[in-house]
This record gives sequence, C-alpha cells and structure tokens, in this order.
Amino acid sequence: MTPQPIPPPEPEEEPHFASWALPVSKLKTEDISSEAINLNVNGRRLTGPIQGFGQMWQKTYKVRLPGVSLTPHEIVDVWRKSFGKFWPKENKFYGSVIGIAPGEVAVLNLAGPGGIRGPGDTPFVSTGVLVIYADDVSFSFMTPEGHTFAAMITFSAHEEDGAPVAQVQVLIRASDPLYELGCWLGVVHRMEDAHWHATLTNLAAHFGVQNAKVEQKNRLVDPRVQWSEAKNIWHNAAIRTGLYLMAAPLRWVRQLGKRGGSKS
Amino acid sequence: MSQAKATMSVRKPSPQAGIIDIQGEVTATAETALMEAYAQASNGNTRTILLNFSGLEYMNSSGIGLVVTLLIRVNRHAPRQRLLACGLSDHYKQIFELTRLNEAIGIYNTEAEALAASA
Repeated sequence: MTPQPIPPPEPEEEPHFASWALPVSKLKTEDISSEAINLNVNGRRLTGPIQGFGQMWQKTYKVRLPGVSLTPHEIVDVWRKSFGKFWPKENKFYGSVIGIAPGEVAVLNLAGPGGIRGPGDTPFVSTGVLVIYADDVSFSFMTPEGHTFAAMITFSAHEEDGAPVAQVQVLIRASDPLYELGCWLGVVHRMEDAHWHATLTNLAAHFGVQNAKVEQKNRLVDPRVQWSEAKNIWHNAAIRTGLYLMAAPLRWVRQLGKRGGSKS
Repeated sequence: MSQAKATMSVRKPSPQAGIIDIQGEVTATAETALMEAYAQASNGNTRTILLNFSGLEYMNSSGIGLVVTLLIRVNRHAPRQRLLACGLSDHYKQIFELTRLNEAIGIYNTEAEALAASA
C-alpha cells in the first residue's frame, strides 16, 4: 500500500480577520425575539456616514470607572454579553441568539422625543444595526437605510490615568432631511446624547460606580449637507414605523376576516 | 490609550500627487500621524492623495473611521482633490466594500495603476 501524500496545511487565517463581518448586500435578521417589532431592517442596505444627508459629527462619550479592577477586555466582555441591558428602558435592543458578533443583525425599537412610546408600548422607530467588527476591547455597528443616522458606532474600553474607561464613539450623519431638521432643532441630538449618557451610567453602575459622570466631546467633521442623499427620506424608519402602527386596525380586521373565512 | 503603532511616510511623485505609505496598525492611535501626513502630502497643487496600504498589518473599525474623516477633509477640496487607495489585501478590500468606502474612494491594485488613473 503506497502512503498517501500529506496535503500541505491550509494557510491559517489571520486572527483579526475574524473580527470583521463579511460584506452584505442586504441585511437579514435571524432569531430575533418575537417581542420585537421588526421593521426597516430586512432587505435594507447598510449605510455609513458617507451615505448620510446631514452634517457629519463625531461624538465621544466616555465614563471613568475608578476603583474597578477589571481589564478593558473584561469590561468589553461584560458589555457585549449584556449589551441591551445597559440601554435606557424606553429603548429596546433585540440581538440575535449569538449576540454581539461580526455579521450579526439586531433590531432596535426606539422611543420618541422625551421617551414617548406609542399605544400599547409600541416604539416610535423600529430599525436595526449590523455588527461590523468585534474584538477583545471594542465592537462596532453600522446602521441600515432609514435609521435616524447613517452611522458607525464604536464601543470600547481602555485604561486612562490608571483607571478603566468605557467609551462610545459615534461618527454620524442624519440620514435624510427630516432627521437633519430634527438635529437642527436639537431634538435628535438631545435624544442621541441622552441615550448614550444613560447607557454608560448604567454600565458604570453595573460595575459598582454610582452616579458616574459621562464626559462628552463633539466634533463637527463636515458642516455641509449632502443634497444628493436627500432621497434617503424614502426609507425613513420613523415615517414607516408610524404608517405601520397606524395601519394596525386594518391588519386586525384582515386577520379576523381570514380566521372567519377559514372556519366556514 | 496605547501608543501609535503606525508610521506614515509621504512621497511626491509629481506636483499633482501625494502618496502616503501606511505601515503597521491603523487604529484610533494613528489619527495624528495620518492627518499630519495628509497635511504634508497636500500642498497647493495636489490633485490626488493616494493611500498606499501595502504595508498595512492591521486595521480596526476606528481605523476605518479615520479613513472616513480623511475622506471628508479631501472632499472639502473637491473637485480639485480626490482620495485613492492601493495595495489593499483582499481582506481589506472586503472591509472597504462592507463599509461602502469603496463607493467614495477609488481603489486600485497597484500604485502605478492608481497614478495612471489619476493622470
């Protein structure tokens, strides 16, 4: 019996290659909780700050965690595993069963200005995110068409002056003229800031740091708006969620009709 | 924050083109080096800024954010100036596709191809 030649070993993939999601043409949700109102994600393209309409902002929110003896890796590990738990209660994050991992899509059910929600605790906006990147000390999302912001959002932890720091950095443009108007009026930026301040405060409290102060730095990266992207309003998730909720009675009537028809 | 693990060197093959050779790891810590390299590469007559990624070892999502920020700076000088990239491995070409940077930055396999296209 002749010995079989041993095949050459497969070239090992660089470890950090697995930190990135693969390109996707359209987003698709999988294994999302049935509690979620899952709109404006499936079939949508991913958008980044380049594809948005409004002014481009870079905002950095960070919270120091004095007295916490965890490494940045351990902090990010906890953050990833319980990501939605740290959100303010009026906004809901529905991740897949896999959680925060490259390529995973999550659904967001967000409240409106002042934390308002619709009848029956329905969200003001249903949208989502794709996890584009995740490593030991950071992870990043991008948003689908129709989301308030065409954005890249990075969550990370590092050490600063001997204490761990948890940080959220967003690079955002309002997706369309309506959202940009909301930004100009201050409403949308206030909501965004309040959301990340509450998230970081909750994260700090989880690690035993009460009443943590969140530092925020804003940088206007591009003061211009991109009129070529005004068409994005077609996908506006707030408008589409509103229309979906307004049409709820019609859907109920149709379902009743179907049930009645199937009984006869 | 950790120290920068990237080095950026600038070449001017012609008065109209500036090449930034990127070596090492492009993360948030590379911001100062990248923006200084851009300032050096971009003088009054520069029409093309070419990012040469052939020495790139690693880039995370903050590194992609830096490229977006640089793109905005270059676009402020549009249509007079534009941003191109070359030397990306297949993996990083995919990442540019994922983040849709490939729609805003001209991507070429080699420096020669990029410079020929910009001429």
